[in-house]
Amino acid sequence: MSLLWLRFALGCYLIGLVYAFVALTRTSDLFSRIALHAASLGMVFHFVSLTELVLTDRVVWASVHNGESLLAFLSMSFFMLIYTIYKTTSPGVVVFPVVFFLTFVAAVDEQPVLLTQYVSHKGWLIAHIILIFTGYAALVLSFGASLLYLLQERRLKSKKPTSLISFLPALEVIDQIGYRSLLLGFPFMTLGLITGSVVAVTTYGRMDFLDPKILLSVLMWAVYMVMVFTRWNSGWRGRRAAVLATFAFVAALAAWAANYFSTMHRFGAS
Amino acid sequence: MRFQLIGVNHKSAPLEVRERLAIPESRLPDCCRDLTAYPGIEEAMVISTCNRVELITHTTNGHADLRGFLHEHFHLTPEELDSHLYEFREKDAVRHLFRVASSLDSMVVGEAQILGQVKEAYATARAVGAVRGQLDQLLSRAFAVAKRVRSETAVGSSSVSIASVAVELAKKIFGTLEGKTVFIVGAGKMSELAARHLMAHGCASIFVANRTYERAIGLAQKFNGQAIKFDDLYSTCDKADIVITSTGAPHAIFRREHGEQFLSRRKNRPMFFIDIAVPRDVSPEMAKLDGIFAYDIDDLQQAVSSHVADRRKEAELAEAIISSEVERFEARIHTLDVVPTIVSLQDHLETIRQAEIDRVRGRLGQLSPEQEIAVEALTRGIINKVMHTPITTLKSAAKESEATTIVDVVRRLFNLQVKGKEAEQAAAKKDEVGTRH
Repeated sequence: MSLLWLRFALGCYLIGLVYAFVALTRTSDLFSRIALHAASLGMVFHFVSLTELVLTDRVVWASVHNGESLLAFLSMSFFMLIYTIYKTTSPGVVVFPVVFFLTFVAAVDEQPVLLTQYVSHKGWLIAHIILIFTGYAALVLSFGASLLYLLQERRLKSKKPTSLISFLPALEVIDQIGYRSLLLGFPFMTLGLITGSVVAVTTYGRMDFLDPKILLSVLMWAVYMVMVFTRWNSGWRGRRAAVLATFAFVAALAAWAANYFSTMHRFGAS
Repeated sequence: MRFQLIGVNHKSAPLEVRERLAIPESRLPDCCRDLTAYPGIEEAMVISTCNRVELITHTTNGHADLRGFLHEHFHLTPEELDSHLYEFREKDAVRHLFRVASSLDSMVVGEAQILGQVKEAYATARAVGAVRGQLDQLLSRAFAVAKRVRSETAVGSSSVSIASVAVELAKKIFGTLEGKTVFIVGAGKMSELAARHLMAHGCASIFVANRTYERAIGLAQKFNGQAIKFDDLYSTCDKADIVITSTGAPHAIFRREHGEQFLSRRKNRPMFFIDIAVPRDVSPEMAKLDGIFAYDIDDLQQAVSSHVADRRKEAELAEAIISSEVERFEARIHTLDVVPTIVSLQDHLETIRQAEIDRVRGRLGQLSPEQEIAVEALTRGIINKVMHTPITTLKSAAKESEATTIVDVVRRLFNLQVKGKEAEQAAAKKDEVGTRH
């Protein structure tokens, strides 16, 4: 059943995806409203799907697909939060495709695989998953915002008359969205890594820093920290911030992909 | 609907001709009076702005010699004037006035000033009694149409002056201008105007630097700002989010190294340079820096013209609104046209009824109050029943083109005379007709 709801959600997010592509070429108030409603409806289905998962007894959250589904949901929540504050749907240009992709992968088939190892601290594990995914979602948003910043900066610099009419919010607003997501995500990411370490240590009794998953996660966190620091210290934004955000995003993707290679952090019983 | 309109505007006539026709505000009331006194004209008003001079009239037969009036009044020969004139009648005159009031006929489509000017012209003509019935109706409708166009289309929304484009650009960069700081470099009329716009949109403080320090002080005082010595320009400039620069310097005064300095001191918060100086004050090298947004006069001009193009697109929407409004107004006026006939028909039959009652009263002898009422009710009932069909026919004919024929037939059948006074009161009596019938 959970998968069915997720597929409904996917249908709704598809509208968001189409919006993301259309919004790049032209402005349509009506369409952005439709996309927003579709996304909200999608979130309802998505929420039902996640709730059903939680209600099932086991820690199925730890399956790869459910993780993706959770991440998609959290990213959408961030998007909605931004919409509530700034009344702009433009981060959707980045968020919708990412969310659609994640939900799509999660909705393809059922994968009820659990952690290979017996996890003694279930509470820590759940905390780890939620914290780290919130951090990821904030990172997605921040990455999206930095791309939008670049886009808007280019529009303003190009001085084409059309640059005045655009779906993008003001440059400083985009900047704020990105910076705030970054600030918000950082503690989550940090705590997520700490709880993850706790789970690893209690399960395996040690931390293998050469494990690709752990290595990449630490790298991602380091980039994240550099981003926060340069922004706070010298106000890096625009191109330089976008490069860093892309780097962090790629590191995050790599860290995610490392699930398939890691010996410590595995979902499947493969 | 016997409206007639004649005039010249920026498209039909060159400035030299418009100048000769322009009527100073103080002379407008006299001109309206002269016009209403002219043969064939019942009501009149005159719009005179720098872009147009128009006479709007309601005539007795729809063929007043407005050209003749212009020739006489302005002492111009037909050769000098006639080729620049446009003249509209009836529906076309209504449409033209609606377009003018909605700012679709303006040089800068969508500018809001014209509506105010039409309103003033209307007030002036009304004050001297030159606008009464039909023209009054037309103008109130024109104002309503203008309002509708403004609210339902974006014709008036995009800004068009360089100053307002600058404000819009600043908003695209900073979101809100609340609390932002403006720096005027080189005191000039245009930078003052731009600064005024920015302050009106929430900018909090202002610095002024000028080669002549006294002028800087003068301008700073106007805005409650702070004058800065020109030598301190580079050390202060980073405090400003928006810099309006218009010095007469032969070379760029803001170069790349300055930009880098500003940005590092500002922790890379963006800066917006409005460079209205020719030659430019901001070097292209500096404008390339991330975080520096520099718009020169050409860039701003380009933005202005693109806005004008946007307005044109919206104007098409507005034209559709106007067309439907012209139809509505025409239908309304036609209904008003038949009202005098209906009123006189009712009066005519009422007179007959009264006369007949008086005639037989002697033969009826003393009537009790109940009987009086019964006789009244009987005679009135007959009249109302007889009148029902002709009145309905007249009202429905009003909406079609055959109205005048039917009105004519009814008048001749009942030998009705519509007096001028009655015609004027027609509008007022319209409601009464509704209740009586």
